Amino acid sequence: MIPLASILFEVVRNGATALSVQFLTGTPALVTLPTGNAALAGGIAVSIEGTLVLMGLTAVIAVPIGLLAGVYLAEFGDNRFGRSIRFLNDVLSEFPSIVIGILVYSILVVGLRVGFSAFAGGVALSIIMLPIVTRTTEESIKLVPRSVRDAAMALGIRKWRATISVVLSTARSGVVTGALLSIARISGESAPLLLTIGTSSYFFSGLNQQVDALPVRIFLLSSENYVSGAQQQGWGAALILIVLVLCLNLAVRIATRGKYGAVRSRI
Amino acid sequence: MGIPRFSILATTEEAAPAKRAEDKVSDTFFQKLKGFSSDDLFEFLATSIGSLVLVILIVTSVVLTRGSLAVFGKFGFGFLTGTDWNTSLGSESYGALPYILGTLVTAGIAISVGILISLGIAIFLSEMAPSFLRSPLSQVIELLAAVPSVIYGFWGLFVFRFWVRDYLETPLSTYLGWIPVFHGTATGYDILTAGLVLSIMIIPTVSSVSKETMMAVPSSQREAAYSIGATRWEVVKLGVLRYGRSGIFGAAILGLGRAVGETMAVTMVIGGTPGPYVLPTSLLKGGVTLSSLIATEFGDATGLHLSALFGLGIVLFLFALVINIFARLMVWRVFKVTGGIVE
Amino acid sequence: MDKELKAENTKPILISRPVEPLKIQTDKLNAWFGNNHVLKDVSLRIKENHVTAIIGPSGCGKSTLIRCMNRMHELVPQAKVSGAVLLDDANVYAKGVDPVSVRRKIGMVFQKPNPFPTMSVYDNVAAGLKLNGERDHARLDRAVKRSLDLAFLWEEVKHELDKSGSSLSGGQQQRLCIARALAVEPEVLLMDEPCSALDPIATAKIEELITNLKDQYTVVIVTHNMQQAARVSDYTAFLYLGQLIEYGETTNLFENPTEELTERYLTGKFG
Repeated sequence: MIPLASILFEVVRNGATALSVQFLTGTPALVTLPTGNAALAGGIAVSIEGTLVLMGLTAVIAVPIGLLAGVYLAEFGDNRFGRSIRFLNDVLSEFPSIVIGILVYSILVVGLRVGFSAFAGGVALSIIMLPIVTRTTEESIKLVPRSVRDAAMALGIRKWRATISVVLSTARSGVVTGALLSIARISGESAPLLLTIGTSSYFFSGLNQQVDALPVRIFLLSSENYVSGAQQQGWGAALILIVLVLCLNLAVRIATRGKYGAVRSRI
Repeated sequence: MGIPRFSILATTEEAAPAKRAEDKVSDTFFQKLKGFSSDDLFEFLATSIGSLVLVILIVTSVVLTRGSLAVFGKFGFGFLTGTDWNTSLGSESYGALPYILGTLVTAGIAISVGILISLGIAIFLSEMAPSFLRSPLSQVIELLAAVPSVIYGFWGLFVFRFWVRDYLETPLSTYLGWIPVFHGTATGYDILTAGLVLSIMIIPTVSSVSKETMMAVPSSQREAAYSIGATRWEVVKLGVLRYGRSGIFGAAILGLGRAVGETMAVTMVIGGTPGPYVLPTSLLKGGVTLSSLIATEFGDATGLHLSALFGLGIVLFLFALVINIFARLMVWRVFKVTGGIVE
Repeated sequence: MDKELKAENTKPILISRPVEPLKIQTDKLNAWFGNNHVLKDVSLRIKENHVTAIIGPSGCGKSTLIRCMNRMHELVPQAKVSGAVLLDDANVYAKGVDPVSVRRKIGMVFQKPNPFPTMSVYDNVAAGLKLNGERDHARLDRAVKRSLDLAFLWEEVKHELDKSGSSLSGGQQQRLCIARALAVEPEVLLMDEPCSALDPIATAKIEELITNLKDQYTVVIVTHNMQQAARVSDYTAFLYLGQLIEYGETTNLFENPTEELTERYLTGKFG
């Protein structure tokens, strides 16, 4: 409890001093003070945009795949193979994210020569997000009562039609909840991005170009010991990130208050 | 088909010549196309996508193995026991021991401190808290889990570190500095801080799984303990903790897994540089973990150096795999017995 | 009364009059849930364009019997079926038959009303057609109206077709489910205790529409309510512990049951 309070408090207090319109919309810029030391002016608009781009990209990749995988587990996963997949899924969800970074680096950045890029970062984040979406989808589908399924089958429609158009649609709010909560979670991931998106101080210029992101920027700012203003910018960026993550979390949890307990405990 | 016809039908129904049973069937119902339907296609598609997880894990092991072949080729198992970290070409030498130990030590701190606090919270929430408090408090703890690790690291670096330095390390160093474990100057930029930050980070997971384990203990166990005259605390000890032992143990191992894999927060506060001097002989020393080293050096590494980092990666991978599988098995076992929600 | 002997070792089915034309026949139908032998050599004849009721104490296999008719029973894990079910002399369980096509011809209404929760009234009724690829709006509109008419629901919902299906009352929801089943134009409608969750007024309405359906459809209704069977059906079958005990015209069965078991059930001595 206390650490949470402290974190929030410090971030807000210190972050607030960094906030300004310029901070939010500007790009990182290095200024040389009259004293000859470097100072950090400019803002983190680039990082904010990068994070948003990555969130969108990850969602586009991970949600459809996770949905289908969740359908698999819920509809066809009652055998031994399904049980082992479910187990491995849980194992993957707790995996060190930096190892995922190494994986994507080897295959995409180097192997397929995509290079450090937004795309590679998106894939890395998707791999982290996938097991979560899979499990929440499975749980939501399992919540759909048998009677709905029976009614659909009795109409003489194909099982896959019944699953997609009826069962999935009935389960959709649980699925969406899970997807949103997991997007919120991966927006704060930094380790895999370090190995995949490179460093950039420019706005998003293409999926195969390097990009910046809030968590990475925060990390970089924390190690700029000799540039004044860096720490302050770091607090500001941290504030934005925390606001983003917590708001998304709170909004989803409040909107589905009391429902989908099993789904939410997965995140 | 050979279906016995009822004799009454035979005499009254058929005006037209009786068709073969098979013809009747295919007139009336669709046949499955060669025994294959769109449902089978769907099942195939879903199964393939579902197996993606397996593919990812396999590919990861392959990638890591290939990447680390070079460094293991050169140093053999000495890589795991060596302590050098010399990246200059011509005299390259790599050893992973300090970082393996670094990971284990920080995780060890995280678990020891984290478990105590988490158990306390879990006991409070499951046994003692009035039910109207239970849900909001659990929510708050879940929010703690939502905070990104970079932010834990940032806060750890610029705020928490000084608390640890002032309230923990300075007294420790002053009074107990003669004990090897507490050698060194109190800067807060060291293994102890990293371990403590990690412990905070694993509290949400460990406490919520422990809490669910405890809540899944049937009340008959508690009643049994009460009935032999146990005090409140003894009821918890006898009735709940003992019964839920493996679940709580599983929760602890899960926390261990998280602590081992955590990268950012640790990197930002642990403060060591790779090399033989960073063997974790004292809590007040700067340290390096497997993940923090990978994070800091991966971007610019090439050749044997890069292979060494892959070597670290594969060690980390194996740790995480073993710990995770073990933890899940323990947690599954408990919930199969008591029939609660599986984490 | 004609007696009819059947092949080999099955109990004789006693009928009061020749039963034809037959819409559905089951031939030595057996069903299992795992090791539980739920239906034992049931051979039943359902007459076309009539209402047949299946009565019996709970657990006697009535629901399982009709679920075998439209191949819903096999959807339950560990379910097994042996024997034949003939729809117009074509065996539903013949090798290679696609169960989906069977269910299009034999529709079902369940005990608890189960409209699709995320769909409107219109979409619920149109669901069977739409999900089978029907796109023509005019045809969908016609089908929806026709089905809601048959289900005696059109007047009540015609201005609220976009309302969610679950916002209707219990009785309306069940009629909605009936409309939904009728929309795909099956030949037979199976009803599994359709009124047991409804109040008497809603029940009466549904019984009225069942009687009305006879002209175009064959109806098989499972019910634990003997009075309902007496009110609504032309033929009644009495099932006990998975076996068909007696079957005949409703009035005859109720007034002059041939089997002692039947009489004991009808007079309330058990069940």
